[in-house]
Amino acid sequence: MNLIDLTIHEMQQQLADGTTTAVALTEAFLKRIHATDEQLNAFITVCDEEALAAAREADAQRAAGNVLPLTGIPVALKDIFVTEGIRTTCASKIFGDFISPYDGTAVRKLKEQGAVIVGKLNMDEFAMGSSNENSAFGPVRNPWNSDCVPGGSSGGSAACVAARQAAASLGTDTGGSIRQPASHCGVVGLKPTYGRVSRYGVIAYASSLDQVGPLTRDVRDCAIMLGAVAGYDAADSTSVDTQVPDYLANLEQGVAGRKIGLPKEYFIDGLDDDVKQAVDDAVAKYRELGAEIVEVSLPHTKYAVACYYVVATAEASSNLARYDGVRYGERVDEGKGLIDMYSQTRAAGFGDEVKRRIMLGTYVLSSGYYDAYYLKAQRVRALIRQDFIDAFEQVDCILTPVASTAAFGLGEKTSDPLQMYLSDIFTLSANLAGICGLSLPCGLSDNKLPIGVQLLGKPFGEAELLQTAYAYEQASDWQGQLPTL
Amino acid sequence: MRKHYEVVIGLEVHVQLTTNTKIFCGCSTAFGSSPNSQTCPVCLGLPGALPVLNRQVVENAIKAGLATNCQIAPRSIFARKNYFYPDLPKGYQISQFELPICEHGHLDIETEGQGERGGHQTIGITRIHMEEDAGKLLHSDDPTTGSRVDLNRACTPLLEVVSEPDMRSSDEAIAYLKKLHQIVMYLGICDGNLEEGSFRCDANVSVRPWGQEELGTRAELKNINSFRFIKEGIEYEIDRQIELIEDGGEVVQETRLYDSNTGMTRSMRGKEEAHDYRYFPDPDLVPLIIDNDWIETVRGILPELPEPKKARFMADYSLSAHNTDILTAEKALADYFDACARQHKDAKACANWVMGDVQRRRNDEGISVAEIPVTPELLVGMLERIADKTISGKIAKTVFEEMWTSGKSADAIIDEKGLKQVTDTGAIEKMVDDVIAANPGQAQEFSEGKDKLLGFFVGQVMKASKGKANPGMVNELLCKKLRG
Ligand SMILES: [Zn+2]
Repeated sequence: MNLIDLTIHEMQQQLADGTTTAVALTEAFLKRIHATDEQLNAFITVCDEEALAAAREADAQRAAGNVLPLTGIPVALKDIFVTEGIRTTCASKIFGDFISPYDGTAVRKLKEQGAVIVGKLNMDEFAMGSSNENSAFGPVRNPWNSDCVPGGSSGGSAACVAARQAAASLGTDTGGSIRQPASHCGVVGLKPTYGRVSRYGVIAYASSLDQVGPLTRDVRDCAIMLGAVAGYDAADSTSVDTQVPDYLANLEQGVAGRKIGLPKEYFIDGLDDDVKQAVDDAVAKYRELGAEIVEVSLPHTKYAVACYYVVATAEASSNLARYDGVRYGERVDEGKGLIDMYSQTRAAGFGDEVKRRIMLGTYVLSSGYYDAYYLKAQRVRALIRQDFIDAFEQVDCILTPVASTAAFGLGEKTSDPLQMYLSDIFTLSANLAGICGLSLPCGLSDNKLPIGVQLLGKPFGEAELLQTAYAYEQASDWQGQLPTL
Repeated sequence: MRKHYEVVIGLEVHVQLTTNTKIFCGCSTAFGSSPNSQTCPVCLGLPGALPVLNRQVVENAIKAGLATNCQIAPRSIFARKNYFYPDLPKGYQISQFELPICEHGHLDIETEGQGERGGHQTIGITRIHMEEDAGKLLHSDDPTTGSRVDLNRACTPLLEVVSEPDMRSSDEAIAYLKKLHQIVMYLGICDGNLEEGSFRCDANVSVRPWGQEELGTRAELKNINSFRFIKEGIEYEIDRQIELIEDGGEVVQETRLYDSNTGMTRSMRGKEEAHDYRYFPDPDLVPLIIDNDWIETVRGILPELPEPKKARFMADYSLSAHNTDILTAEKALADYFDACARQHKDAKACANWVMGDVQRRRNDEGISVAEIPVTPELLVGMLERIADKTISGKIAKTVFEEMWTSGKSADAIIDEKGLKQVTDTGAIEKMVDDVIAANPGQAQEFSEGKDKLLGFFVGQVMKASKGKANPGMVNELLCKKLRG
């Protein structure tokens, strides 16, 4: 078997029994990146030298008996994580040649666990987008079909795992940015509960919605990666000080007797037939595995998209104010004064979608509009959160589609931002409610593109969510399906 | 014209807190380091950095709230104030807007005069909130080098104390400011330096015809750095506004700067005015929850405040209101006096020395109370020798000077310099006899009723004793001998 085809838990085994080394794994992945990325464009920065140095160090540590779960495992990071010494771009021109003087918490934890970072991944600029077409570094191609988008905003993170350019990756999910591309690329993607993983060192898009999570080849890998990055961080005031369970401990527990809810508002007209079929099949499989399937209601679902685009853009308009050309990044200054320098710098540095969201966010916070938009959105958000609290009184887990279609064609939705916004309709409620959610491969479309099913869990219920996902994965035919490149 | 108008003043004071570290990161707040040496990803506003609230700042805010009779909010919220400026690294300032930590307080002030806005007034405090300071721009004279930004001050903690528009004269405004200044100094949460900007005041000034309910349009005077300039600025602004209205004009709502060179205020109109700060709750910080236990813990460590201290000094030490005011104006001086009075039974003597020689010498040298070389223990040591008549009050002046310069104890100085008062009746009697014998003419005149000459004889005897004779005994003996 090719080294790059191994899952993390398989690599752990081979590293432990000496069948392979961190250097061998890293070389294999780097070779794969260089062979395939011309086509995929999943990476913005590949760090061969740093990765090989880290791999040699990992092998030395292993030889010395210091073995941690990720020792020697090659992983990649969405370019939204700041990394000491390695360029960070957030897929935006505005960063110029910015190099962070510090590592964020998640990156530090990966390094402390012995992971080898092979590079920084393409994404929608500032995580704003659902197709990875809003990147200053060009679009990412879907490994299953290069005429299709990989989804977004963590498009590079999903594509690189599906294409076996890295064993796993980290992404961020603000409205579905891990789960939707995971679904489109046929990998497992987890958005943890808000507060589960530190946001320190993650470039902020919408602070109250952003959450870090893994994209992996299978559920067990997902549990390993989550265990490595989860936990309270004093540097992030919104991270929650609650114990991190051993996500692997009861992974194989099964779903017998568990209640899975199907929200009626999510099974709507407009769902592609093949998506509907795949999700129905997944439901049938769960029933077969002993789960009880019940209908639930999330009555405020129809307001989620509007609510999300008010809250997210409001926060974004403020979060992105620091990119002003004063202290770092690309500055455009024609000597016409300060205001002009700001405008020119930001006009040149930000892409259209980022500008659109900054303007929208500025508008909804403006005096005279704040109550009608921002405050009202906060009230709606509270109702959406309550919907989930009520639903989780009845069920252990909620099952929905991830997206209404499989991956769409490049350029298909770029002219219609609203249509693009609606592609997150099934995922963004979880961010508004702060709960955890996971996307799991559950079939292939008529065009041989992956389809995902979404499982939503209670706050800090990641362990249960992973158990539920694992049960299906083991019983289904979709495990290990990979695109041929 | 003034008498036809009522003046209305509200004040906003920025109090820079003396915490060791900044409000949202662990960087030092020490003053005067090289530019940008006290910075980190958080206060530089680097991508991905997040704020973490310094609990000491909250504690100081609670102290300020309790000392100004505010209600402490059980839940308060940090908000972002959005605007672009090179000294503001994140493009927003973290402040508090809708739910500040303290509200509904007041301070009592006293001004000269009685009735009709003289004497006692209560000034409402609308709110106190916490926020971060901005950095500093360093402009160069050479246009080709551009301006530079020093972010050492960025993210240092401030309290903004907002008063109600309850003041009706510049005297009241100054009395309120001095009171607030005194309180933050007593609390030890601010170094109180106006010139360096640790205590910055913005004044909202308006006038309205007597009897008018509605407030006049206000001008905001920004960042004036001394009590005197604040008074002058307000006075100028009152005259300017009245004159404007009398001439048929209208006051414009604007920010004005006071120029201490001309004594005038001038408009700072510009982009500043057009700001819509788009405040919204900062999603990077969780609501600040303050329970009763925390409030009571802070109340428990509050130092004695000016008012209770005055009351205690008057009651325990039988001091006059006037003297108490002088002694408590500055906390350090009050503590100095208190330390003396606790160790010496004659509190009045302590008060006289502290307000007299100690303050005089301190002012001569321009030093702080902490730098006074004569500690309360040394001063009390000397006061004890006056009380037990070892030295006279006059000799004490010499001893005090010597203590100030050498730091030695009064006993050591008295010993070394042989300043012990002569109380031996025999010795004094001999000197009295000698002086009378040497001045027969004056002795004659005295006995004929020229009483004023007693002073002359006392002087002569004291001179003969090199000042050491007990003046009371000298007096007594002279009278006895001269009157026969
Ligand atoms: Zn700092």
